[in-house]
Amino acid sequence: MKSRNNEQQMSFRTRAANFFTAVNKKYFIIYAVITLTVVLSFLSDSFLSVHNIINILRQSSMIAIIAVGVFFTIVSAGIDISVGSTVALAGIIMAKVLVDYSAPVFVGVLAGLAVGVAIGFINGYLVTKRRIPAFVATLGMMGAVRGLTYVITNAYPVSGLPKGIYFIGRGYVGPIPVPVIIMVVVYAGAYVIAEHTRIGRFIFAIGGNEEASHLSGIKVDRYKLFAYMTSGGLAALSGIILVSRLASGQPNAGIGYEFEAITAAVVGGTSLYGGKGTIPGVFLGAIFIAILLNGMVLLNISSYYQQMLKGIVLILAVMIDVARNADH
Amino acid sequence: MDMSMSMSMSREAILQVKGMRKEFPGVLALENVDFSVQQGEVRALVGENGAGKSTLIKILTGVYQPDGGELLFKGRKTTIAGPLAGQQMGISVVHQELNLIEDLSICENIFLGRPLLKKAFPHLIDWQLMNRESSALLERLKVALDVGEKVKNLSVAQKQIVEIAKALSYNCEIMIMDEPSATLTENELQVLFDVIFELKRQGVTIVYISHRLEEIFKIADTVTVLRDGRHIVTGKVADTDRSELIRSMVGRSMDNEYPKRSGVIGDTLLEVSHFTSSRLKDVSLQLKSGEILGVAGLVGAGRTELARAIFGADRKDGGTLLLRGKEEKIHAVSDAVRKGLGLVPEERKNDGLVLGMTLRENISLTKIEKVENSVLLSPAKELKLSNEYIQKLRIITPGPEQLVKNLSGGNQQKVVLAKWLVADSDILIFDEPTRGIDVGAKYEIYLLLNELVQAGKSIIMISSELPELLGMSDRIIVMHEGKITGELSREEADQEKIMNLAAG
Repeated sequence: MKSRNNEQQMSFRTRAANFFTAVNKKYFIIYAVITLTVVLSFLSDSFLSVHNIINILRQSSMIAIIAVGVFFTIVSAGIDISVGSTVALAGIIMAKVLVDYSAPVFVGVLAGLAVGVAIGFINGYLVTKRRIPAFVATLGMMGAVRGLTYVITNAYPVSGLPKGIYFIGRGYVGPIPVPVIIMVVVYAGAYVIAEHTRIGRFIFAIGGNEEASHLSGIKVDRYKLFAYMTSGGLAALSGIILVSRLASGQPNAGIGYEFEAITAAVVGGTSLYGGKGTIPGVFLGAIFIAILLNGMVLLNISSYYQQMLKGIVLILAVMIDVARNADH
Repeated sequence: MDMSMSMSMSREAILQVKGMRKEFPGVLALENVDFSVQQGEVRALVGENGAGKSTLIKILTGVYQPDGGELLFKGRKTTIAGPLAGQQMGISVVHQELNLIEDLSICENIFLGRPLLKKAFPHLIDWQLMNRESSALLERLKVALDVGEKVKNLSVAQKQIVEIAKALSYNCEIMIMDEPSATLTENELQVLFDVIFELKRQGVTIVYISHRLEEIFKIADTVTVLRDGRHIVTGKVADTDRSELIRSMVGRSMDNEYPKRSGVIGDTLLEVSHFTSSRLKDVSLQLKSGEILGVAGLVGAGRTELARAIFGADRKDGGTLLLRGKEEKIHAVSDAVRKGLGLVPEERKNDGLVLGMTLRENISLTKIEKVENSVLLSPAKELKLSNEYIQKLRIITPGPEQLVKNLSGGNQQKVVLAKWLVADSDILIFDEPTRGIDVGAKYEIYLLLNELVQAGKSIIMISSELPELLGMSDRIIVMHEGKITGELSREEADQEKIMNLAAG
């Protein structure tokens, strides 16, 4: 009787241990988020207030949405650093369509999204059919798209947007800001695609071993293209939210967003070697960075230090990734 | 014949090993091997893949430490602590893959990593001295080459000579050549042979490894045959002939190594006509249902290229493919997979598996529809499918969630095979199906091949192991330089005929 009890305890312990190993492997970032939350809640009285938490979520939403698209490209063993420029061009095009042609709001939104998807298509085409390394292809596009934004606007903001657009960036449903709701929907969709569809399975397989995937009959180019188009589309969505919040299309919007989105994905456990990562991890990564920045604001730390810290966090996260890969 | 009476006992050997034993996890690579060479002799070392040649060489050059036995150099018992120690003792090895830096000169390559320095200024390189020394080495080999020439401008044979000169620069007394001829053309071969004769004249001892038996009769004085990690025979080349050597190399009863099968060979399933590409020259073949068609040939003969061309993985310039009498256009791997073709590649880790994914995730990559409910993946279906194939193929794994990289070679190969069974492939192309797989697991793979053809599937089996081809194939085609040089039925095929056809 006693020994059976022991066995049950053992099995519970093993199961608990297994659970924690799984958490450790996939969601290491959760400890960082918890630790940071605890520390900041002691350092600042206002940190754990409902108002501040909602604020953090809203602040993180745009980067978090971009990070989902970047996640898919990184998992496919590529990357997309053109997203910051895409944010600006998509926003500008939407604003132009709404202001210059007095188009209905949904037409403007669709135009903005179409721009993002088109940029993603060009990225994907360059990476798959032209075999240009993803870093170089999207770096080139980052410059070209930003330039195009300046050409279109002469570097002047586009203002005079219809009030109908404000809801996307400034609206609330109950106490919840609309951008947060959009973010939740994006993450739910991305989670299903990544974990429960062939699209996700194949993108992970391609990132894990492209040649083996090709020789299994997977249409590699098609799924890579999907990753880049998703990345462009989600960057555009973020750009639309941003225009709506600012009530104008800014040609220099989104500068540095690629940096924060990549950091969020990598901090959240997405491996730059490809083939590894999780959507919940990316979400936690984005939240982690938002909390970090929010905490520094609450503690009155200069924004120059914030910039430094973001860079250090990215390097630390990659160091962890490299060390983990060296294990195998 | 009296090959077994070793001539090496008559004189004092320069290098001698006795009772050498080397074990790797699961494999006894060398078992009680005796081997000795005299100064100035050219000794050929032959045996099949896996016979233990590489292991023996690696022990002689200090790369591996033996698990038993002793090693005598010039009559003194010794150990070779590492490759550098071996070189300093005077034992050098020239590898099949050349380890030269293409963008550096001959001279720089010869003295790579140990430049000669100026006496007066020991931080400066003495280029004049290095040029003189390397020129002297090349002169010793009776080769006219400018030591300032970059290695990338040399022919393969000339590069080999640079390697030999590099080995000589270590005051080498025993030079081991590991398949130096594998990448040489006939003309280049003569250049290599001239150098070998010159070295021999100067008293350098040479151990020469080659799969091309005719070379052995041209340059070697004596020959040693290894098989399955054992020393089989050593004797004078003059006292033996090609077929006797082959018998010694193979010399095993094949009945129990390759399981018998009973199956009916049906109609023609696949017909490849006039396939042409940069590596294939007008290749045609037929495959019947329930048949294993073996493909023999030397490395580089175009066998893998043929497999990839049939499978739509490489571009081809011409040729048609008929499946069940109907012409099919296969432009991409995905077309081939849909038409029922499957490829079990030679490099399974690079080309066959996503190592960082689980068995469950790998197994359905070829036909994901099988585990989907409309657009969503069904965990229940995935689990069922994985467990089904774990049982069917007797895959040894803790479960479907095991990462494929943690499985043994044989079990990884079974996962690759499972992928194609999941895809309902009728035609399976196996490229070196048992490479890197230990003996017990090989037998299992053979059993599975038999089960497959008995179930009416057809197999194209590329293999460099002749016994495996002879033991498993219903028919064998032999390739040489991108062409099919012959076809042999199971009854008429033997090692010698295959080797003759493979040599072109």
